[in-house]
Amino acid sequence: MTFHNFVNSFWSSTINGLVLGSIYALVALGYTLVYGVLRLINFANSEVFMLSAFGSFLAVKALNIQGTNNAAKTGLALIGVMGLCLLASVVIGGVVAVVVERVAYRPLRKRNAPRLVFLISAIGASFALSEAVGEWGIPFIKNKHREEYALTKYFSKTQLFKIFGADVYNSDIIIFVGAALMAVVLVLFVSKSRVGRGIRAVAQDAETAKLMGVNVDRIILITFLVGGVMAGGAAFLYELHTPYARYDVGFEIGVKAFTAAVLGGIGNVKGALLGGVLLGVIEIYGSSLFGADQNIGTVFAFITLVLVLMFRPSGLLGESLGRSKA
Amino acid sequence: MSDSTNAATNPAGGAPSAPPPTAAAKSVFGSRFAAAATAKRNLGKRWQAIPKPTRVLFGVIFLVFVYLLPSLHLPVIPTKSDFTALLAISIVPYVLVALGLNVVVGLAGLLDLGYVGFYAVGAYSVAILTSAHASLPWLLSIPISVLISMLAGLLLGAPTLRLRGDYLAIVTLGFGEIIRLLAKSSDWLGAASGIGNIKSPPNIGPIKFSGTLQQRNLAFYYLAVTAVVVVYFFLRRLENSRVGRSWTAIREDEDAAELMGVPTFKFKLWAFAIGAGIGGLAGGLYASNVRFINPDGFQLKLSILFLAAVVLGGPGNMAGVVLGAVAVSYFPERLRFIDTKRYFVFGVVLMLMMVFRPQGLIPRKLRARRREPALDGEPFTDVSEGDPDLEGGAHGTETFA
Repeated sequence: MTFHNFVNSFWSSTINGLVLGSIYALVALGYTLVYGVLRLINFANSEVFMLSAFGSFLAVKALNIQGTNNAAKTGLALIGVMGLCLLASVVIGGVVAVVVERVAYRPLRKRNAPRLVFLISAIGASFALSEAVGEWGIPFIKNKHREEYALTKYFSKTQLFKIFGADVYNSDIIIFVGAALMAVVLVLFVSKSRVGRGIRAVAQDAETAKLMGVNVDRIILITFLVGGVMAGGAAFLYELHTPYARYDVGFEIGVKAFTAAVLGGIGNVKGALLGGVLLGVIEIYGSSLFGADQNIGTVFAFITLVLVLMFRPSGLLGESLGRSKA
Repeated sequence: MSDSTNAATNPAGGAPSAPPPTAAAKSVFGSRFAAAATAKRNLGKRWQAIPKPTRVLFGVIFLVFVYLLPSLHLPVIPTKSDFTALLAISIVPYVLVALGLNVVVGLAGLLDLGYVGFYAVGAYSVAILTSAHASLPWLLSIPISVLISMLAGLLLGAPTLRLRGDYLAIVTLGFGEIIRLLAKSSDWLGAASGIGNIKSPPNIGPIKFSGTLQQRNLAFYYLAVTAVVVVYFFLRRLENSRVGRSWTAIREDEDAAELMGVPTFKFKLWAFAIGAGIGGLAGGLYASNVRFINPDGFQLKLSILFLAAVVLGGPGNMAGVVLGAVAVSYFPERLRFIDTKRYFVFGVVLMLMMVFRPQGLIPRKLRARRREPALDGEPFTDVSEGDPDLEGGAHGTETFA
């Protein structure tokens, strides 16, 4: 253990943790929403994230951006490029999530299959998607066969200011603010809109919701769509932070995001947000405590999860999408 | 649920056609035959109707066939690569692992997504005990590594087995990953470069573990098959014992089991420990076979492959699971063109299996009995309807808060 390393880098760890945590939080929303309405771990959400991460690649490719000194990287043009990247990521996320629901879950739902069957089907879908990308790559992008794809830099990280001696980059601010915005919109959507009320109703009691005239199938589809869109947004932000992607990039983030959702209380939207941010911070603290070893950070995160579940078996904020105000 | 009360109150637990527990052991290898022949569904029943001595005889013949398999040079079956090596390194170890995972997933109905963790614990234990930090004889290192794995199972199970099914899945997933990451980060465990020079088993007469590659593979094949036979025998006995019946009850309906006086937590812990021990044994054998291990050999993907073997074969049915493991390890080698695409193929197969045949290639006997009246004509689509077998200890009603 290197306490002095931990103390020295405390503030920069905090910032990194918050940034990482906001990405986890967005992905965790996808897990928590689907779990809320279907009681199902949407294992394939990690692959939704992975595929959306390629959204930025496709957008950059479509705009034909090459090299670093391009006009598209300042002012309004930069915002335009980022908007397009975000759009591509979000569209891919939403579409993939809905397709997964249609192919892997709906046939099972139709015959009221037990939950382990859902879970294994989800694992299958997740594997198939990830391996397909590993093997055949992404359309329009040169196939790199399981190697890492590097995103053309259309955006340069610059240091904006310092907090207690820790550098804060423009990407950190964009990620944190962007994630916060998306989270607020989502919370409002779930708590205020008509569809959001439908989601909460299905989460609370699907049978009764159906009797009350809620189109359960449509609500489930929308839930997947929203989860996919959140994963897409997260993937866009992730690409700002780490401009690389690989066929298995979703796995680790997916597992951690799900851990975050469980930590906060699965099925609980605010819990997922809290859990995500907490998990990110814990992970970075853990790794800085053991000499910046990322693996140890992950171990730390999982141990925290086990400890929390031992004392609060339904997570920090409890698990109920239906009952919570949000 | 009538099924659950049925399972809980009927201590016999097995199919009506199944032999009584005392005799079950002798027909152990018999059901493997049944396995191979269940193309027609009632072949299994017909098999059970054959007098027991005949069944035992068939079992022995089958076993002899299995032991001679590498020496027979059968057409069609062999792969392009060395078939003995494939049997020794891949197929038989997979069978062993699948049998172990089946205890947890199939018999007790607990979803374990990090089974590779126990496999790794076993492998690393043998590596540490015979090479890295001690120089114990191989024969001693195996039982110790099994014990260590069981201990790991208990340590993981004790705090987590009170969790509901889904939570258990994610915690075990985390465990599998933690073991690998710890091994990767710890210099004591060889870090990323791993541990080499792991001891081989001692030679037994003509079975030479230190001979040529060919001899070595053959020796390991015999060793692994023997391990499988012993474990199969042991598990079959266990399945028909009080422990096995408790597992069935827990799997069918944990609350009902608890009400009927089954100490569910204790038996879940047992399932975890026994499953972990078998996983550890497989890991230990793997380590002494390849003689060099590193963390990359224990990726979480492997867990999914193991799970695929169990689910494909039919969770809870040992013969089915054996078949599933053989399928998962053999076909990618036989059909070389799917080699690197195997995980993709498994993903699709898992999905299709769940959609079309969630009970696996050879469903569990108990279930076959339940569906018996519907066997003629009625399609399998009703499986879903309150099929508690695959429910993994999660209770829908309870979670709908």
